[in-house]
Amino acid sequence: MSTTDGTAVAGAGEPAAGDGGPVLRMEAVRKTYGRGRTVVLRDVDLAVAPHTVTALIGASGSGKSTLLRCANLLEEIDDGAIFLDGEEITDPRADADAVRRRIGVVFQAYNLFPHMSVLDNITLAPRRVHGVPRAQAEEHARALLARLGLGGRAGEYPDRLSGGQQQRVAIARALAGRPRLLLLDEITAALDPELVGEVLRVVRDLKEDGMTMVLATHEMGFARQVADQVCFLDGGVVLERGTPEEVFGAPRQERTRQFLRRITEAGRL
Amino acid sequence: MTYGAEQMTETTAAPPGDDGYVPSARRLARERYRRARARRATAVAALSTLVTGAVLVFAITAAPGWPRTRETFFSAAYARLALPKVLEGLLLNLRLLVVCGAAVLVLGLLLAVARTLRGPVFFPLRALATAYTDFFRGMPLIICLLMVVFGVPALRLQGVTTDPVVLGGAALVLTYSAYVAEVFRAGIEAVHPSQRAAARSLGLTSGQTLRFVVLPQAVRRVVPPLLNDLVSLQKDTGLVSIAGAVDAVYAAQIIAGKDFNYTPYVVAGLVFVALTIPMTRFTDWVTARMDRRRSQGGTV
Repeated sequence: MSTTDGTAVAGAGEPAAGDGGPVLRMEAVRKTYGRGRTVVLRDVDLAVAPHTVTALIGASGSGKSTLLRCANLLEEIDDGAIFLDGEEITDPRADADAVRRRIGVVFQAYNLFPHMSVLDNITLAPRRVHGVPRAQAEEHARALLARLGLGGRAGEYPDRLSGGQQQRVAIARALAGRPRLLLLDEITAALDPELVGEVLRVVRDLKEDGMTMVLATHEMGFARQVADQVCFLDGGVVLERGTPEEVFGAPRQERTRQFLRRITEAGRL
Repeated sequence: MTYGAEQMTETTAAPPGDDGYVPSARRLARERYRRARARRATAVAALSTLVTGAVLVFAITAAPGWPRTRETFFSAAYARLALPKVLEGLLLNLRLLVVCGAAVLVLGLLLAVARTLRGPVFFPLRALATAYTDFFRGMPLIICLLMVVFGVPALRLQGVTTDPVVLGGAALVLTYSAYVAEVFRAGIEAVHPSQRAAARSLGLTSGQTLRFVVLPQAVRRVVPPLLNDLVSLQKDTGLVSIAGAVDAVYAAQIIAGKDFNYTPYVVAGLVFVALTIPMTRFTDWVTARMDRRRSQGGTV
């Protein structure tokens, strides 16, 4: 993805409203299901600096996806606070739709709209939410598609595309609103191994463009390469955090070591 | 030589590919066997149809009351007399179908959407829509019709029509919109929650999500059952005759009432069948087309 053609991929280059402070900040976030019976997130603190990538790792059910859903207000938290560019978004008076407009989300199962063409999938939010005129929205969408290697696919329906192509369309859709922050929820988990690479390459390019991202992933090698910060979640708690070198190279917690050992063993089999 | 020639004629059923493929003897034997089986099945089906038909015709015409029945129900003279009147009445049924059908679709969709609204603010609306569908789905159409057609004029309200066609149509809309609302609701609930999540995460409001993402998918899914309900509505328009509206059924009744010959009823019945058959075939065609698109991986 070249940055020379002048098509901004995102609002990544815009000055942060919180004058250099973190784009996303979580403070003692608690989330439970079933009226408090199952605690999914426990006192989670997190700060994501502008133009950095945070990787959330941990076993299934450790709370990675829930954390992302809470950050996008798809789930209501029980306690604590979440800030976007210094503004509290978990305030009941905050406009949830306006918050979601500033955050892009890519889901594990793509969640493309099957009744719309690729182009309509991407231009829906710009046209209906951001009020961009159709021609302009389509021009931006085509530029995004071209940069994600999907130039000729604008008129196709999602079901005709491979998983990797669908996930790249989903990324284009999330980028079309020029978000401040991109949340990626295990975006390669549903893909065949040979298609994982094409999606990860896109994420790597986005990082080079300066996109701020939080990603939940099982791809440890990728997390190690691309992340500035790695958080290991276990039972809804951020058990360990640091640079990839710290977390992968010299994990301090026994649970982290166990988890990484299991992952490596599975990879060797 | 002869073997080769035989093989040539056999392969016409399965043309060879451009890679020089020649069907093997095994494949040809399989195809011969399948053709023989198909021929036998067709023969059995044709014979059993003929036998059944013959038995039915014999059983009915040999019945002691057949000459009398034929004269009362299948009289050619009465059929000729009744057909123009019945067709004239049928125009009313068609008008009712078009107007009521449109009203039913709109009202049904509104009811379904009202029932799927979330949040405490919408509780009264939700409860009202639920009560409405429960009530009118359970109420027999004919009782609903009688109550509206005779009950409303009895109220002697100023400015409210007593026209049996309008009131009968209203009763049809009341009952059918309850059915159609349930069909729409099933379609709405069949749209996976992840679609809603994706739309909301893009910043769409709940109303926009419903309009651009949920409803288009829901409506596509329920087209076959909806058409089925419309076929049903088409013949139930005949029930407005009990209110005294001169539709196809009532036209038949007028003639039948004069001479106690029931042929006009049979004529009216056959006219309705003739009318529903194209609609049913259309439903089949739409369903088949949707299945085909789905199996190709596309959506309609």
